[in-house]
Amino acid sequence: MSDLTSEKIELLKEKANDIRISIIEMLVAAGSGHSAGPLGMADVFTALYFHVLKHEPTNPFWEGRDRVVLSNGHICPVLYAAMAHSGYFPVKELLTLRKFQSRLQGHPHREFLPYLENSSGPLGSGLSQIVGMALVDRIDNGQTSDKFFYCLTGDGELDEGQNWEAIMLAGKERLGKIITIVDRNNIQIDGYTEDVMPLESLSHKFESFGWHTEEIDGHNFQAIIEAVGRAQAVFDGPSVIIARTIPGKGVSYMERDFKWHGNIPGTDIAGEPAKAEQVTIALHELRTLGGQIRSEHQ
Amino acid sequence: MINKLQKLNPKLWDKDIEQVPIRKGFGEGLLAAGELDERVVGLCADLTESTQMHLFRNKFPHRFIEIGIAEQNLASVASGMAAMGKVPFITSYAMFSPGRNWEQIRTTICYNNRPVIIAGSHAGISVGPDGGTHQAIEDLAIMRVIPKMVVISPCDHIEARKATLASVGLKAPVYIRLAREKTPVITTEDSPFEIGKANLVYGVEGKADVGIIATGALVYRALKVAEKFNKEKITVKVLNVHTIKPLDEKAVLELAKDCGALVTVEEHQIAGGLGSAVAEYLSQHIPTPIEFVGVRDVFGQSGTPDELLEYYGMGESHIEEAVQKVMKRK
Repeated sequence: MSDLTSEKIELLKEKANDIRISIIEMLVAAGSGHSAGPLGMADVFTALYFHVLKHEPTNPFWEGRDRVVLSNGHICPVLYAAMAHSGYFPVKELLTLRKFQSRLQGHPHREFLPYLENSSGPLGSGLSQIVGMALVDRIDNGQTSDKFFYCLTGDGELDEGQNWEAIMLAGKERLGKIITIVDRNNIQIDGYTEDVMPLESLSHKFESFGWHTEEIDGHNFQAIIEAVGRAQAVFDGPSVIIARTIPGKGVSYMERDFKWHGNIPGTDIAGEPAKAEQVTIALHELRTLGGQIRSEHQ
Repeated sequence: MINKLQKLNPKLWDKDIEQVPIRKGFGEGLLAAGELDERVVGLCADLTESTQMHLFRNKFPHRFIEIGIAEQNLASVASGMAAMGKVPFITSYAMFSPGRNWEQIRTTICYNNRPVIIAGSHAGISVGPDGGTHQAIEDLAIMRVIPKMVVISPCDHIEARKATLASVGLKAPVYIRLAREKTPVITTEDSPFEIGKANLVYGVEGKADVGIIATGALVYRALKVAEKFNKEKITVKVLNVHTIKPLDEKAVLELAKDCGALVTVEEHQIAGGLGSAVAEYLSQHIPTPIEFVGVRDVFGQSGTPDELLEYYGMGESHIEEAVQKVMKRK
């Protein structure tokens, strides 16, 4: 990773905002999908795709690339947007999300979009796949490898038992090249995670399975990138970064509200802005950075 | 009469015919595959010796991963290893893999298009005294319905070894069904074997009264029944369908044309298995009377393999009855 300058942080903030705008535009064009998760993870994905990852978007099958496995496939709008904005495919293709024969399937399918490392949708199997990838890297390259294996998971999906099978195995095998980032946004479809199925103390759970843990503000680029740096320095075990995020981040009426997990702007929901206003409000807020800049064209 | 071209065991009718567990052929095949191809890795869920993966583990400890009793993880870790260029074999009892981890196999192996080879040991009702919880009699059905999956059910340990070796080069997800008990050795090293190509093990070219389509260890019982009828001047052919998917449609069609009446034989639920595959195909091309020998929508129980096969309708007497019944339907 290169050094993180203040100029770079400003650039990342702009990229994250562009990605959020794309997320809203693609969801509206698709007419269905998930809003809260992708908006909440926009900063983490921006940090990865524009600073952390070793990758070549114009040479996507480069063998030396870091591997990224998205476990909670339903937040794929943020993955697709980060990939498009970093050069894997044209940004305008984002508007084909969820359409017939689009490369951008409603949940990621690597046979449609071969730049993906995995297909996902059913929850809880991403960690197992990243463990398999890291095991091969160790078998083939031993300790000389310079690849990292990133897995992005939701917090609600940690209800799935398979995660803990994989977490146990990664601890047993001391897979130091694994860096998992959990989107700790505290919501899932039926409500708040601590009501549906309490996860806390999540950090202690991972620790007791032999993982190095970090807990950070998932909207602070410096915090994200420094945590990844510390995780990269851990040699003898896997690392997890619990990224505390605000679901729906950047669109005021969506923030922290589980009702926006599986809905898109333009949906009739009690207590929310009028259906017809929602898209306009969301795009206005993002284009003006929540009112920080006056003109949308500034 | 026995099809000489198949070069079957010359001692096929001996009372003390050699018997070897089918799973043993898998273990030997995996070891050989490991020696031939460095990409081969083995993963097991705490049943390394009984699935015969220990032969591979002992030779290649650094290419073996002990997953623990966690079959869902077993399937998806293998998917990740395949993503990095390996050819992973995963083993457990068929009841647990593919029984417990079906969705992981569907999504992370098949939908992901990763060439993982799944060996399901202790399949069928003949696992015996362990009882119904351990008798996988639905595995062919649940594997057959997943796109891309190749489904193989070898008739003896030699065929299992050949299937295991041949699977490495397929570049596709494969399910290999293995039985626990000692099973009569039907084929020899010289017998032809090609994935997707059924073998006419009994009968010669031309017409016959009935065709039996069998898979797995029950191929031996089908052969004995055919021999018995042949002595009574009723001509019966036996097709060994070791690859359930892709089905050798040409061979099945030819048998249906030659015989005009068929019996399918499998140690599996009638719903969704070999018989279903045959019926699905023939009903669209040359509707043919078929009798199905298999488990009739019930669970098994404890007992010896012979007791159970007899009780649940897969004994030689049941195959004979099915042959006689289907002849009358011509």
